[in-house]
Amino acid sequence: MGSRYEIRLGGSGGQGIILMGIILAEAVGIYDGKWVAQTQSYGPEARGGSSKSEVIVSDEEIDYPKAMKPDLLLAMNQKSCDEFYPDLKPDGILIVDSTFVTQVPTPRAYQIPFTRIAREKFKREVVANIIALGALSQLSPIVSARAIEEAVLKRVPKGTERLNREALRAGIAAARKAKREMAKVEISSENPGEDLFDSY
Amino acid sequence: MLLQGNEAIAEGALRAGCRFFAGYPITPATEISEVLSVRLPQVDGTFIQMEDEIASLGAVIGASLAGVKAMTATSGPGFSLMQENLGFAIIAEIPCVIVNVMRGGPSTGLPTFPAQGDVMQARWGTHGDHPIIVLSASTVRECYDMTIRAFNLSERFRIPVILLIDEVVAHMREKVIFFEDEKIEIFNRIKPTMPPEWYIPYEDTPSGVPPMANFGEGYRYHVTGLTHDIRGFPTSRPDEIGPFIARLHRKISSHFSEIQMAEFFLTDDAEMTIIAYGCVARSARRAVIEAREKGHRVGLLKLMTLWPFMRNAVERVLQTAKVLLVPEMNMGQISREVKRVNQGVAKVLTLNKVDGTIITPSEILSRLEEAL
Repeated sequence: MGSRYEIRLGGSGGQGIILMGIILAEAVGIYDGKWVAQTQSYGPEARGGSSKSEVIVSDEEIDYPKAMKPDLLLAMNQKSCDEFYPDLKPDGILIVDSTFVTQVPTPRAYQIPFTRIAREKFKREVVANIIALGALSQLSPIVSARAIEEAVLKRVPKGTERLNREALRAGIAAARKAKREMAKVEISSENPGEDLFDSY
Repeated sequence: MLLQGNEAIAEGALRAGCRFFAGYPITPATEISEVLSVRLPQVDGTFIQMEDEIASLGAVIGASLAGVKAMTATSGPGFSLMQENLGFAIIAEIPCVIVNVMRGGPSTGLPTFPAQGDVMQARWGTHGDHPIIVLSASTVRECYDMTIRAFNLSERFRIPVILLIDEVVAHMREKVIFFEDEKIEIFNRIKPTMPPEWYIPYEDTPSGVPPMANFGEGYRYHVTGLTHDIRGFPTSRPDEIGPFIARLHRKISSHFSEIQMAEFFLTDDAEMTIIAYGCVARSARRAVIEAREKGHRVGLLKLMTLWPFMRNAVERVLQTAKVLLVPEMNMGQISREVKRVNQGVAKVLTLNKVDGTIITPSEILSRLEEAL
């Protein structure tokens, strides 16, 4: 049980939540060589309903295939953030698409505007999930950027490889920036150094 | 490789030699059609999308009579429509495989949510007193293996075999390892060896399974849904009806050991045994591990053959168990069978959930702890 790592991805139908789960499972299971199980849960609507995908990673064969206490939650809309945050492990990682998630439940959330980056940088909203996967590879120890890239390129339609590779890179860059900002937040709130007082 | 349960069913069917699929796509079984629509033409097989589920099973029966291993896949609403032809395949003894990926019901119910509500329907959905074989699976690898097994049993016993899967397992993707040198047994129906004019299509044999001639190979015989004599023509003679119906049952009941399959996990010393199948067996396994860590002697009996019901497996766990727990995503269908076998020996607890979500390990654990 100790080696079990649970990931939950939430959003609305059409955001590519389930594809994200499949790519992630493939990256971890095939390219990084761990046991993996991916499940999904969605409404009957083609677009707009709630969509959830879960990926369980383990060093041993997986029995229960769903997340009990996720180690990582990626929320692509406000509803999934509100609904799933209480399940997250106390020291779990929360990543949100700040395009849609405007109220975060904790200051420790990584807030990255995946959909806005997709719109502004790529003029293609559909790559928001791939940008998010790029970010996830930086913010979580569970998957390597190399494995994610191989898995993405295997799953996306032919002719979109460049677009998707660039989307991944944009996600990686955005995550690094978010990490640096988080580091600043943590130092200022928990450990105000002396120079900080001196500046007053 | 990373494979989905439904994809594994499609690949297992191909491995078993299935070369005909007729179906009407329905969530959560659609991926089976989707994969086979691409894969069957690649192996010179036939894929047909039919106008509905009644016709789908009709086409499958026709293909099988012509000698091709055939299957269809559906979910509850489609399975209801198939009941009439299912009975036809049973009485005419036509091998075929029907996959039912269970969703919440009744009626259109919950297309995308899991349930295990069709266990009794799979047993008794078609009318008349009849035998049936129903298998289940709880991992992606088992989806592959049990599909092959479904074909083998249906060819061996000339009976429709139902593979009863739930949405969780069907839509789950897991890492599956296939070894190149894996030995997989494939059974093909026994064909007549005598010349066509000597062929008696429904004549009794020691196993109860008559050889089956392919249509179009010179063996002319009559196929009907009416109760028939050994030549396949309708009969109303009690001395023909009785032995025929008895043979239909005997060919299954005298081969339980070949048909029935279960997995025993830490049951040898278990004072409490969980009896589960499908996705719930996975939750149960996790619950057993956690209960053992707390020092409770708990085991799991995972049923892989649902029908004919595995009386002997339940009797085996009853040798040590004082409590049996049957968690199911229905209001209690297998638990009734367990109670029937139990005859008051142990305490039989149920855990029923019908809200469209899987039973969790902690729900099973807390039910167990209530009984401690």
